[in-house]
Amino acid sequence: MASAISPETSIHHSTPGRFGVYGGRYVPETLMAALEELEQAYEAAKADPEFQAELADLLMNFAGRVTPLYFAKRLTEDLGGAKIYLKREDLLHTGAHKINNALGQGLLARRMGKKRIIAETGAGQHGVATATVCALLGMDCIVYMGEEDIRRQELNVLRMRLLGAEVRPVSSGSKTLKDAVNEALRDWVTNVRDTYYILGSALGPHPYPTMVRDFNRVIGIEIREQILQKEGRLPTAVIACVGGGSNAIGAFHAFLEDKDVRLIGVEAGGRGKGLGEHAARFDGGRPGVLQGTYSYVLQDENGQVSLTHSVSAGLDYASVGPEHAALHDCGRAEYVSADDKHVLEAVVKLARSEGILPALESAHAVAECIRIAPTMAHHDILVVNLSGRGDKDMGILARELNIKGASGL
Amino acid sequence: MAIQFQQHPGLVVYLTAGDAGLQPKTSKPQGTGADLSATREIALAAIDAGADVIELGVPFSDPLADGPVIQRASERALARGTRLIDVLALAADLRKARPGAGLVIFSYLNPILSYGLARFADAAAAAGVDGVLLTDMIVEEAAEYIAEMKRVNLSPIFLAAPTSPDERLQAIASHSRGFIYAISRTGITGRQQNIASDAAQLVGRIRRWTKLPIAVGFGISNADHVAQVADFADAAVIGSAIVELIEQSTEEQAPGAVARFIKGLRQFHAVQAL
Repeated sequence: MASAISPETSIHHSTPGRFGVYGGRYVPETLMAALEELEQAYEAAKADPEFQAELADLLMNFAGRVTPLYFAKRLTEDLGGAKIYLKREDLLHTGAHKINNALGQGLLARRMGKKRIIAETGAGQHGVATATVCALLGMDCIVYMGEEDIRRQELNVLRMRLLGAEVRPVSSGSKTLKDAVNEALRDWVTNVRDTYYILGSALGPHPYPTMVRDFNRVIGIEIREQILQKEGRLPTAVIACVGGGSNAIGAFHAFLEDKDVRLIGVEAGGRGKGLGEHAARFDGGRPGVLQGTYSYVLQDENGQVSLTHSVSAGLDYASVGPEHAALHDCGRAEYVSADDKHVLEAVVKLARSEGILPALESAHAVAECIRIAPTMAHHDILVVNLSGRGDKDMGILARELNIKGASGL
Repeated sequence: MAIQFQQHPGLVVYLTAGDAGLQPKTSKPQGTGADLSATREIALAAIDAGADVIELGVPFSDPLADGPVIQRASERALARGTRLIDVLALAADLRKARPGAGLVIFSYLNPILSYGLARFADAAAAAGVDGVLLTDMIVEEAAEYIAEMKRVNLSPIFLAAPTSPDERLQAIASHSRGFIYAISRTGITGRQQNIASDAAQLVGRIRRWTKLPIAVGFGISNADHVAQVADFADAAVIGSAIVELIEQSTEEQAPGAVARFIKGLRQFHAVQAL
């Protein structure tokens, strides 16, 4: 879709944190000093071997890296096409790739002398990861979460509270991730002098999209080494789900220069094509500014941000990380969507063929794998980033799939 | 036209365009745009009661710099179908009715981008608006926006925050026209008990870089606050307090209630003398 603004009148893009025309900083002035402080602190930390060594140690000994690259033999035989590998980010401590970024930013916050941490969460995985890191580092933690997401992700709310975090319900708008981000930004604007905002995905104002991507780059770096070791060549395609897009950009980044490796991002197709029925920004959105960054946004003809729907709380977001917008426009990555129905089928398929229960978010990537693997040759290799595990979704899965528990024997 | 503050301190009044409080009249037939006649009546009453500048707020779905009062007003205005073009039409109407009043369009960036930056600049100029203030547009990102404003001879008004270091204040001062909006404290819009000493310090720091009038906003809700602002700044911005008053009034009562409130804002010294 054409840009909402013509190149001649497009917003300035010589500032840092740009991915093509996307990204930038569109925030209240109050936050600018904090963003500049954060940018400088991050650049210094990145260049500091001590910081990198501590992060690497925690990733290995606390979070559980290196995660396996598992050959899904039964799924491969069943689908009868490409060889399928699963990158097992679901095996990380707290159950998703989100711990990579939360550890990185948590250490950065400590380095900056901040003791009050705020975060937003959709499915709760980023909230749990942040609460975990705050417990580990002895910091106060407040997590904003939409009421709708609190309802559908109750297990993660309980985990956060047990870890000592305060979960603040957000009742505005769609009561989902977008509204939780608004509230976290409001808190940050108010308490900017002593508060660190651990943003959970590769979006928001610069330096967040770059920083969150960097903390998740480890996913793609490991995939690259592991597949070369196992197969002696690079994969045909890497598939990852895209909400904000942190696990996807982390998985893709090590392959950007390898033009033969297809990079496939899978958005939430929800329950239909109409505005408000899905969260497929590259299918129904157009460029705009939401929550500090210029990227694709699902919006109406007047520039009002539209509501979204997905069976997975973590993909239920009206915008997408700006680096994905740039990868989309230049064609380096492909973006498709999987609807709720196929996603639920993918959960069952992976559970029964491999004994792995994926998060509903990750099941979007699995659904695309199931769709394209049979069309590919036996020598093709698909790597699916299994960004998280499905325990948190058991309530939804039981309801949607009509699985009976203790009360229904 | 240059924005003028007739008295000291000047008064800038923020209204969410399209918000008529909780009891809207029956709206116009569909397809003819939102009915902004209630906002028109309130704006006229505010001007006649002594407001120097009216900030017409464009309602937005995700007003992340605003507190609950203005967020609710935005939701009401959007529920009535208010669009940017309706706000521009209202501005043109107000300009005709009150040629001397200051008129500023106050918006988040996305509705403006969606409409088209150049198209918006032309339309705002044609409507007779004096200036534009975009909450989430910082000076570093604003090159094209500033160029468009300059092209049509409108004032880009930037916000300055207590957290802005001096080099940022200098950039803000050099790119602003009309007046500079100094935020009295860190935080979102809404009432507060006292105007922080932050505000006086900030205004003093901005003064070093500009001769433009400086208006202080965020949390100013009574005559006491306005009197405090008068000691160190050129104007006070009243937002949430008036929006809250509108929320609590019927559509018929709102213009009178707003007019009485604005007249009362300059009464501090008289009240103190009693």
